[in-house]
Amino acid sequence: MKINKKAIFSISASLVSILVGLILGLILLFVFDSSRALVGFEALIGTGISTAEKFAKVLYQAAPLILTGLSVAFAFKTGLFNIGASGQYTIGAFCALFAATVLGTPWYISLLLAMIGGALWGILPGLFKAHFNVNEVITCIMLNWTGLFLVNLLIRNIPQMIQNYWAGSITNRTVKLALVEKFYGVQTTIPKAGLDTLFGGSSYMNISIFIAIAVSIIVYVVLNKTTFGYEIKACGYNKNASTYAGINAKKNIVLSMVIAGGIAGLAGGIYFLSGTAEYVIEKSLLAMGFNGIPVALLAASNPIGVIFSSLFISYIQVGGEALQRYQFSSEIINIIISAIIYLSAFSFLIRLFIEKIFSKKHREEEIKIEKEQKGGAK
Amino acid sequence: MGNKENYVIEMLNITKEFPGIKANDNVTLQLKKGEIHALLGENGAGKSTLMSVLFGLYQPEEGTIKKDGKVIKINSPNDANALNIGMVHQHFKLVECFTVLDNIILGVEPNKLGFLQKDEARKKVMKLSEKYKLKIDPDALISDISVGMQQRVEILKMLYRDNDILIFDEPTAVLTPQEIDELMNIMRDFTKEGKSIIFITHKLNEIMAVADRCTVLRKGKGIGTVEIKNTTKEELSKMMVGRNVKFTVDKKDIIPGKVIFKVNNLTVPSKVHKNNAVKNVSFEVRKGEIVCIAGIDGNGQTELVSALTGLQKVSGGTIEFLGHDITKAKIRNRSKLGMSHIPEDRHKHGLILDYTLEENLILQRYWEPEFEKAGFIKKKEVRRYAEKLIKEYDIRSGEGPVSIVRGMSGGNQQKAIVAREIDKDPELLVAVQPTRGLDVGAIEYIHEQLVEQRDKGKAVLLISLELDEVMNLSDRILVIYEGEIVGELNPKKTTLSELGLYMAGANRNKSKEADKNENK
Repeated sequence: MKINKKAIFSISASLVSILVGLILGLILLFVFDSSRALVGFEALIGTGISTAEKFAKVLYQAAPLILTGLSVAFAFKTGLFNIGASGQYTIGAFCALFAATVLGTPWYISLLLAMIGGALWGILPGLFKAHFNVNEVITCIMLNWTGLFLVNLLIRNIPQMIQNYWAGSITNRTVKLALVEKFYGVQTTIPKAGLDTLFGGSSYMNISIFIAIAVSIIVYVVLNKTTFGYEIKACGYNKNASTYAGINAKKNIVLSMVIAGGIAGLAGGIYFLSGTAEYVIEKSLLAMGFNGIPVALLAASNPIGVIFSSLFISYIQVGGEALQRYQFSSEIINIIISAIIYLSAFSFLIRLFIEKIFSKKHREEEIKIEKEQKGGAK
Repeated sequence: MGNKENYVIEMLNITKEFPGIKANDNVTLQLKKGEIHALLGENGAGKSTLMSVLFGLYQPEEGTIKKDGKVIKINSPNDANALNIGMVHQHFKLVECFTVLDNIILGVEPNKLGFLQKDEARKKVMKLSEKYKLKIDPDALISDISVGMQQRVEILKMLYRDNDILIFDEPTAVLTPQEIDELMNIMRDFTKEGKSIIFITHKLNEIMAVADRCTVLRKGKGIGTVEIKNTTKEELSKMMVGRNVKFTVDKKDIIPGKVIFKVNNLTVPSKVHKNNAVKNVSFEVRKGEIVCIAGIDGNGQTELVSALTGLQKVSGGTIEFLGHDITKAKIRNRSKLGMSHIPEDRHKHGLILDYTLEENLILQRYWEPEFEKAGFIKKKEVRRYAEKLIKEYDIRSGEGPVSIVRGMSGGNQQKAIVAREIDKDPELLVAVQPTRGLDVGAIEYIHEQLVEQRDKGKAVLLISLELDEVMNLSDRILVIYEGEIVGELNPKKTTLSELGLYMAGANRNKSKEADKNENK
């Protein structure tokens, strides 16, 4: 009963804060261009479900976002801030693409390698934190850049990974996996399992969203039902008490970063093995890793909540892309999206507010009942 | 209630509810000007809640608060401050990485155009510090100073704000006997100046020594207010617990068995300074005895216990437990061998405050087959076990096994730790101030448990600052002074004053000479 009430409180609070965020988005649209504000707003909130294809795109973007969100959320539970999801994601992407294009491995092996790559990138901050007490944020940020440039360097020097090795003349993008698939005769992309036809022939649709949801459920179970999760959370809440209880805090810090890194690496794998995404050699960090942070915060680090918060953010992003049709520049769209996400994070505040109102009402009712009972007794 | 102007603060018919519990149920407390008014009650009786209402941390559902006869509303600690109400919390509210001076002026920083004017503040603080003999070092960091000094900082915080209604929430729980005496004198000085004090405690001796009147709470209800002159310790404890309480422990005479715990020439480095905190300490604990390490706080007890339980590395010597050399053993392995540890700091080591009560109760055993299967926690078993302990040890909380421990009263948090550690059925129980912050009823219970362990043939190593507890419980007393064991006393043959002398280091050389003679 009580847990249900709490759940209702937090879900309704999230919904209210999303609503407030959307209203702010509408106001911003009016500020930037009042003549197109309403149509723009319609596009912003309607595009995601306007066609099956658009919805497929929401799911397609949500899948890696769920995983990077999980990666951040998992580390949060151990009291660590995994701001290195971006680097782990990049390394994961490289491992998956390398496996698919150079080794010609099937998709599941490539995904496994992506996880291992991400985990390797996660173990370093974990080891430094556990044994030398170096703040993981510093190591993670450093490794984000190291990871990015390492991957750029490697891809540039492995001809099979670049498009012009296979066809055409583009030299800063990785090859389309469809070509590779034909060459090796192996399923290098994530299977579509007929979902593409279900979603109006969308090239975006594959089983990655199910992989992401499955991982969320596994993480939820690990955190809440197992002794390992018990230890990890104990370390996150109180390292001293965990040590006192004989829990190996150092081991748990390293393990949790390994797992967080592995999940972020997997995110890179499923995004770039979709068959539609190509890795572009650029000098900026991949945003997918950073977007995991608001996803985890919005969900209050709850693995199941992460699924919904990623879907929301992905949905708004797809809506935002549609705004370009109405001549809103991409910067303005980003401002609007961020404003909505930012306000959505106020759910905690709003939850307190709702609880206060509710408990007051509840209290008044109780007094009424008490008085009635007393009156009856007399 | 003839002349109302006598009361500076009146809390009338206060009711405050939390989910699942009525923390205050129609409680009335009236504070006269210039008196020390004790607020007595068991752990979780609602004392802290009542004071938090007065301090503006909670809003009562019912009841009124009056100051000087006028009805007032206190919505936040800032309001309370404006009404000159100050509070020293049970768990200090200090910024660890700030200096003493910074903490005192925090929130009321004197400034010119936004620039701090610390010199002014420093003068005022030092003047207050001298006037009330509250010795402090204004430039020390909070994290480096002793608990006693932290408390003086809290008191100075109130004085700096010119508060004249002072609430002390269990101020003596963390102090040494000497510091308690000092505090009592300071409190008396305050009342001479017309300040009024509400003194929350469950130590009856202190109430009898210093308070003018006493209001007793039991399970959230006000039992009554009595003049201290006209009452006795026994009467007060009966009002508080609802039954007669024994102040001494019945102990059978038993002959201790074989040695199960042996410490040889143990040396432990200090974390604060360069010297060793524990120097060349040797002792034994046998089956069926309670050995007490007595001493004034800060004489190496913390480091000694950390070394014995595995929280800290030793720099010399060995520790033997049940025939195993555990000097370098992991904490988990010591625990598996049969060592239990009731830690000194329940918030730092004893509990995971954001975990539920049931999760905390399995903290030392979650990995045992009873609670774990193939990596999964058996929730049903955990619930069953938690309910058993809650019942046996009378751990009170709002929502039972699923209460978040952070929201429980200090005494019940301590009971949870004691329950967990004793129920492990250890061969050796290392208990560091196990009754700190507990009421007489709970102390009685825990003392009985410790004696029961001993009677079952288990060994108990008790580290305590309370002289009564030391004299009452132990079979042997080892006195620690500046990291050395300076004497072994038999509680039946020694006196409190002799023990006190040893604790103060007066007999140090004597015992050293005695050692030398023995060695010869």
